[in-house]
Amino acid sequence: MSMPYAKLPAWADYGLIPVINLAVAFVVAGFVVLLVGENPFRAAAVLVEGAFGRGQGIAFTLFYATTFIFSGLSVAVAAHCGLFNIGGEGQGYIAGLGIGIVCLAFDSVLPWWLTFPLAIIAAAAMGALWALIPAYLQAKRGSHIVITTIMFNFIAASVMVYALVGFLKPPGSMAPQTRTFLEGAQLPKLNWVIELFGAKIRSAPFNISFLLALAMAFLVWVLIWRTRLGYEMRTYGHSSKAARYAGISETRIIIIAMMISGALAGMMALNPTMGDQHNVALEFVSGAGFVGIAVALMGRLHPVGIVLAAILFGMLYQGGAELAFEMPAISRDMIVIIQGLVILFAGALEHMFRPYVQALFASLSPRSVGIEAIKGKGA
Amino acid sequence: MDLFNAIIQVLDSTIRLSVPLLLACLAGLYSERAGIFDIGLEGKMLVGAFAGAAAASVFHSAFIGLGMAILISVAFALVHGFASITHRGNQIVSGVAINFIAAGSTIMLGQAWFQQGGRTPALASDERFGAIIWPGADELRSVPILGPIYSELISGHSVLVYVAFLAVPFTWWVLFRTRFGLRMRAVGENPAAVDTAGISVAWLRYRALICTGVLTGIAGAYLSMVQNGGFVKDMTAGKGYIALAALIFAKWKPVNAMFACLLFGFLDALSIRLQGTPLPLIGKVPVQLMQALPYILTVILLAGFIGKAIPPRAGGVPYVKER
Amino acid sequence: MAQAAIELIGINKSFGAVRANRDINLEIVRGTIHGIVGENGAGKSTLMSILYGFYQADSGEIRVGGQPASIKSPNDAIALGIGMVHQHFMLVDNFTVLENVILGAESDALLKKSIAKARSELERLEREYGLEVDPDAIIEELPVGLQQRVEILKALYRGAEILILDEPTGVLTPAEADHLFRILRQLKEQGKTIVLITHKLREIMAITDTVSVMRQGTMVATRETTKTTVGELAELMVGRRVLLRVEKGEAEAGGVKLAVKNLTVKDSRGVTMVDDVSFDVRAGEIVGIAGVAGNGQSEMLEAISGIRRAVSGSVMLDGKPIDLTGAADPGELRDRGLAHVPEDRHHVGLVLAFEENENSILGYHDDPRYLKGPFLDIDAIRDDARDKITKYDIRPADCRLKTANFSGGNQQKIVLAREMEQDPGVLIVGQPTRGVDVGAIEFIHKRLIAMRDQGKAVLVVSVELDEIRSLSDRILVMFAGRIVGERGPEATEGELGLLMAGVEHREAAE
Repeated sequence: MSMPYAKLPAWADYGLIPVINLAVAFVVAGFVVLLVGENPFRAAAVLVEGAFGRGQGIAFTLFYATTFIFSGLSVAVAAHCGLFNIGGEGQGYIAGLGIGIVCLAFDSVLPWWLTFPLAIIAAAAMGALWALIPAYLQAKRGSHIVITTIMFNFIAASVMVYALVGFLKPPGSMAPQTRTFLEGAQLPKLNWVIELFGAKIRSAPFNISFLLALAMAFLVWVLIWRTRLGYEMRTYGHSSKAARYAGISETRIIIIAMMISGALAGMMALNPTMGDQHNVALEFVSGAGFVGIAVALMGRLHPVGIVLAAILFGMLYQGGAELAFEMPAISRDMIVIIQGLVILFAGALEHMFRPYVQALFASLSPRSVGIEAIKGKGA
Repeated sequence: MDLFNAIIQVLDSTIRLSVPLLLACLAGLYSERAGIFDIGLEGKMLVGAFAGAAAASVFHSAFIGLGMAILISVAFALVHGFASITHRGNQIVSGVAINFIAAGSTIMLGQAWFQQGGRTPALASDERFGAIIWPGADELRSVPILGPIYSELISGHSVLVYVAFLAVPFTWWVLFRTRFGLRMRAVGENPAAVDTAGISVAWLRYRALICTGVLTGIAGAYLSMVQNGGFVKDMTAGKGYIALAALIFAKWKPVNAMFACLLFGFLDALSIRLQGTPLPLIGKVPVQLMQALPYILTVILLAGFIGKAIPPRAGGVPYVKER
Repeated sequence: MAQAAIELIGINKSFGAVRANRDINLEIVRGTIHGIVGENGAGKSTLMSILYGFYQADSGEIRVGGQPASIKSPNDAIALGIGMVHQHFMLVDNFTVLENVILGAESDALLKKSIAKARSELERLEREYGLEVDPDAIIEELPVGLQQRVEILKALYRGAEILILDEPTGVLTPAEADHLFRILRQLKEQGKTIVLITHKLREIMAITDTVSVMRQGTMVATRETTKTTVGELAELMVGRRVLLRVEKGEAEAGGVKLAVKNLTVKDSRGVTMVDDVSFDVRAGEIVGIAGVAGNGQSEMLEAISGIRRAVSGSVMLDGKPIDLTGAADPGELRDRGLAHVPEDRHHVGLVLAFEENENSILGYHDDPRYLKGPFLDIDAIRDDARDKITKYDIRPADCRLKTANFSGGNQQKIVLAREMEQDPGVLIVGQPTRGVDVGAIEFIHKRLIAMRDQGKAVLVVSVELDEIRSLSDRILVMFAGRIVGERGPEATEGELGLLMAGVEHREAAE
């Protein structure tokens, strides 16, 4: 059997094609802007200005990016093992339960630098646990992991509502959320880093969990490309037959990969809770788990690409807020459309432009497109 | 008698709450029976709801609204087809994309066109599908037992409710009594068999997706033009996913789908009705458990602990002519 | 006057770089049974798929009943009265027989009439040809022989005058095959034309009027069946290839390293693929398994290497048993010194998306040499890969290159280097040179013989008879899942060909 597509140079494969897909997504988004009667070029300018124009904007951009790095990594780890974890939203949401319990228990007795590691463990453990059941059902009972993880998103939502209107809520309060965390569970801000470059920031929730996200990006890179476990995951992700041949247990690798993926999704809950709102509230994840799908696809499942894509989406979120302010006809939901378009063009239609790019390369220099060596005929 | 009235009321709202599920579930049935996974039911319903309410309020006609709901929903179904049939893209990814585009564009266009925070203007009664009162419904109301059943449960619903329930036998008939149904079921099981029989796999699947679009369009129109007097952002609120769960629960069969949707609708109606009041024998059941029950039941079914849900065999796999 | 039902003139078809059919000319006479034989991959199925409109030829002409025909889809073929019974049945498993028969041939938009028509038509076909089958049975509940009958009924229902059968007996028991042949003869008597594609020479001799032989995409001969012999056909099928004899000394066989006893393996459909097979491989010898592809060799290799579960039987490695019927673990077998070069290097032996150095540890990735704790020792892995690249002359000599970018021969060398350099006691190799260029073949053969000379036990499975004869110290011939004979390396091609064709032992000795 031959590969469906001939080889392109690596820079075209990892650089050019994603850029083309992204560009097409933005062109289509531009038409939506036209549809509401605004100028798409001015909209783009406002968006970029809003995200990077001032220190305040940069801080918010990076704050949003933090969450997306976690959720993008979560999707990527599962994808390297050939699994589609669409349950990051639920895994992140349920992790709020672990964070809530840890913070409420320790914020008055421990300093933040002791509460934080405990909360990380609790968040990762809850996320992993929430991924474990779908993983087990996939590995042992053959239930489709996409469907079970979707179902678990909704079950997580119910559990969280139950917890937040119940035992997590302070007695007597009507709001479905925990009490505000004390200083022992508030993460230090990182705004001063941006201020080092001379920018002024009034207040922004950019906090230390960004560093955790970068550390996780590095650890995921190590895991995937530098450990035996990552090697086994990639082998299984590319070819379950080769994995069987290499003596890799299917059940074990599915469960481990999904638990790591779930743990990363769980950690994304740290940023909005301990870093920003200082409580656990209803629907605090607000779609970030799904954004992870777009981020992972855009970043081509590589941690560096994911960090860049997360910053891009952070920019869209922050710039989108400015955009909504500057151009009343455009609401913040423009970002959701762009996300959808990015998923469509960089994901489902990722191969649409490839034949044209290949034809272009082939016509420019035939040697740059390696012809697949197909000698043996498939049955 | 109070208990009886309460039961009638719960059953009445069961019907109302089941209708969008049922339409979306049947929509998913067409696409999945043809071998295309569709987690974009949610998004297609949402654009249907928006287009329906928007067109109805602009043109002052419920029927133009319904037509527009169907048209836009079908257009989204065709995008899914373009990605997953023509370009053999990942069907899950494409479905996720459609849900995002739908969620974002309905709010944004709604805000831009009507400036009501993503809502469409409240629909006047002639812009909505009103209730149809069956002959004698009012006169028979006082008859014990049968009276309320006739006048509350059977009579007094909008035309779309009857459409939804008639769609069940109709879908069954299409699936098992027509050439199109035979071929559609075949293409979901073994597209190579269809291809070697000289039938176009792609065109067949596109047609199935058009059916999906029509039904999600009607489901959306029901939400914004019957259940609610206008579009509200994110008004599908996960109903597309419950419909998907119901489809699995129904093992991809139309009549089962109706019962699954009635069950899920009933759970919803019951949780609204009870709001924490204790049940006899069971005691107090958390509302959230009732809400999560459809999903929990589906997971248990998928795990094969109660019967086995076997999806159409070619589902989710793009058809490539193998040599 | 013999009249041609089908004429194929100058048919060419390529898939990428592979020329599946070259300049094929063929005439099939109306009212006859015409056999087409050839090894797997000889291009028989491609040719018939072109005739059925599933593929389009790159060039050439098809005439049906003397008229030039343009067959662009199965629809065109069906309209011209051509029907096909595919090797893998094109049936919808959870449909009834009737539903399958009418699929694509419905008379109108509703099914009622079509079903009624099909029901009476099936009754007629049952009367005329003895094609009995319950029209309301569900396909997946029918035995394989009856499923095939449904395929034949589908073709006849569409008015097929010319019926192509692709490897029809592959999944049938001998009794079912006999029944099929009776049906085919009856169809012939009614004036139908039958094209039978097979690699089983016995069937050709038993039922056909004319036989055409294909080899490597070309049509090498057409004979009247009564005027040819199994021996001649076997020779034509395999061809007289240039002998690439590698110099080798006498084997100095030692003790038994690998002992296979009463091994039985079934495929996922429950068809017995390996049937009670027993043999030994001793240290310092190469045992070659010869046989036409599809006679159970692949399944046997997979079972011995722990990839596929066996139904019964045992394998002793160095005198200690391996459990093959339970949870066999390829990793454990590797630890015990059994190395395996699988037949399918694209999906099993290699991960094509990996870099070369990553593939050079596949299966040995838990070896402490390549690890530092839980981490991969990248330097050690790459150094090791570079060593192997030099030693096995793998080109291009770049251990960071994606494996998909290596040629077939170099990919095979990557696998061989990995497995041989682990210094295993037993090496089993499936199709050592399939899809490998001539230069690499000699290299690979030399390496295998060097392994033997180091005292390893080597088991080679190949459909290339020449390769088996060149490498083996002992040759076992597999047919229909059984070992039907053992010969020395001096055995002639004709002698082995007869065994491979399943001609009984006694006849072969004559």
